[in-house]
Amino acid sequence: MTLAEALDVRTTGPVDGSVVVLVHGFGCGQSMWRQVAPVLGATHRVISFDLPGSGGADDASYDPTRHARLEGYRDDVLALLDELDLSDVTLVGHSVAAMIGVLASIEAPQTVARLVLVAPSARYVDDGDYVGGFAAADIDELVELMQRNHLGWQEPLAELVSGDGGPAAREELYESFCRTRPEVAAQFADVTFRGDNRADLPRVTVPTLVLQSAHDLVAPLTAGRFVHEQIPDSRFAVIDTAGHCPHLTAPGETSAAILDFLGRVPTAA
Amino acid sequence: MRARTRLDPDLLQDAPAGHVTTDETGLVASANTEFLRLVGRTEDDVVGRLELADLLTVAGRVYLETHLAPLLQREEVVREIELDLLRPDGARAPVLLNARRLGDEGSRSLQIVLLGAGDRHRYEEDLRQAGRLAEAARAESAALAETLSRTLIPPAPPSVPHLEIAAAYRPAGDGREVGGDFYDVFQVSETGWVVVLGDVSGKGVHAATVTSLVRHSVRTLAIDHPDPADLLYGVDRVLTREQTDHYCTLIVVRMDYRERGWDLRICLAGHPPALLRAADGTVTEVGTPGSPAGLMPEPSFTCVRHRLGDELLTVYTDGVTEARGVAGMYGEERLYALMGELSHDPHAQVDGIVTSALDYQDGNPADDIAIIAFAAVG
Repeated sequence: MTLAEALDVRTTGPVDGSVVVLVHGFGCGQSMWRQVAPVLGATHRVISFDLPGSGGADDASYDPTRHARLEGYRDDVLALLDELDLSDVTLVGHSVAAMIGVLASIEAPQTVARLVLVAPSARYVDDGDYVGGFAAADIDELVELMQRNHLGWQEPLAELVSGDGGPAAREELYESFCRTRPEVAAQFADVTFRGDNRADLPRVTVPTLVLQSAHDLVAPLTAGRFVHEQIPDSRFAVIDTAGHCPHLTAPGETSAAILDFLGRVPTAA
Repeated sequence: MRARTRLDPDLLQDAPAGHVTTDETGLVASANTEFLRLVGRTEDDVVGRLELADLLTVAGRVYLETHLAPLLQREEVVREIELDLLRPDGARAPVLLNARRLGDEGSRSLQIVLLGAGDRHRYEEDLRQAGRLAEAARAESAALAETLSRTLIPPAPPSVPHLEIAAAYRPAGDGREVGGDFYDVFQVSETGWVVVLGDVSGKGVHAATVTSLVRHSVRTLAIDHPDPADLLYGVDRVLTREQTDHYCTLIVVRMDYRERGWDLRICLAGHPPALLRAADGTVTEVGTPGSPAGLMPEPSFTCVRHRLGDELLTVYTDGVTEARGVAGMYGEERLYALMGELSHDPHAQVDGIVTSALDYQDGNPADDIAIIAFAAVG
């Protein structure tokens, strides 16, 4: 199985378009981009996939040791781009994938040549003067909550294979869309929310857009502004929407902001 | 047949389940009595003023934002979500939540039903805690078994001048339990060495203590019992006095290097004979059957002498020959034929026999396997 197959890679847009890679964050898989991808796909080659342990990614692609650190995900993203023979891409990363993108760009700036960070936070837990928005105990509680909820992970497989594509197909959609294997989701929450990537931000050398939601309790405006201030060549834009997922709650504005950024920075195609 | 009637709205108001709706902006639009009881607030506090997120713990809000809201935006219903409501005094009220989207795809207008789940939550928490403790105990016992195995089975036999030795040990099953097989190779004089291979009956920690006792008794007795038969009488007495239900089969090979060659004394205690493989591949058994140690009231052990030429000598435990596969027992015949085919080298013999015995059982051996093979060199 290739990595592209294991991570359920999907591609839209013109073959010769400049490449935009969409990376989903903590939560549901690549279908989070379903309203943004077609808009970007009108002019760009758009690639999305499921991170190991999420959505429709093959179970075997998740390795509890490797994925105990964001660097494990970074290596997967770079390996995937290498396998697809892609370079000079724009990586659009939501939430924790924003930091995965930051790490990937530091490692391979020719490959990840532009960054769009959607609702990023370099550290979620408060630390002295730094406001991340979370106390350490909140993260403990979240990790525990992830172990209690499966969102269809244990839907009986029989329902998937039987049936005529009606209800069964629906079950399959439900399951692959947002299913979480409890121990994997708990570890992903742990890696996501206990991380501290503040020191990595000044090492980013590529043009970067920071897109923040106006009312986001997961990654507050202060967190986004901090990311913008620390990345040398970065712009900052606020989408007037509520919630941590502007690509879901305001897909039009989010797509427009990404396209605006791509129009202002030099790209290969 | 009775005519069906619509649900009385008053029933919903007093339903024994929390019921709440949110409008397009996400604010609470209506809340019934049970819901207000669960969140510990009044209608005026909640309706038109708070969102569902405001009534959740921080963890619950993150979960709502990252999982439930995206799911509800696309799917119509989510079911059986465990969350904690946050009451004004900071107390948490565990609930089970079902929610249904009321508007079009993407709408934030929801109908939500909540059941208090405090007792169930405590019960499940106890179960999870019990699971964690059981897993920790299992891990500790596996680690103990591994440590014990390492003390009973040398990772590699020592290097003996003028002798090429290969040895292998493969515990039964997944290797988590301490098996009864052991071997040892040690020096007793300037030119004298002892090779011992044994199989203590039974498994588990108690069998392992007996294995340890036998292994140390052999080492101690070997110092002033150059005749392996005397040594085995001693081991038998030790086990009998120990009053254990476990007994032990053993093969002891005393080796003395004299006049540029090895004189062997081989003695069996209820154990399969040693196997001599000639350079032409012929395999012959060496040894006189003897009693298992610690089993018979009047045991008997007899030594056999052999001057080692260019043959290979192999000793093994019955985990090899009593392996069971689809074709029945592995058996001596299959083993001797295999040894004839394998090359005339201790390592090739040991590796080949282990691989064959494992393959025969689909890689999941029913019993421990221990093998030592050696040949004279230089």
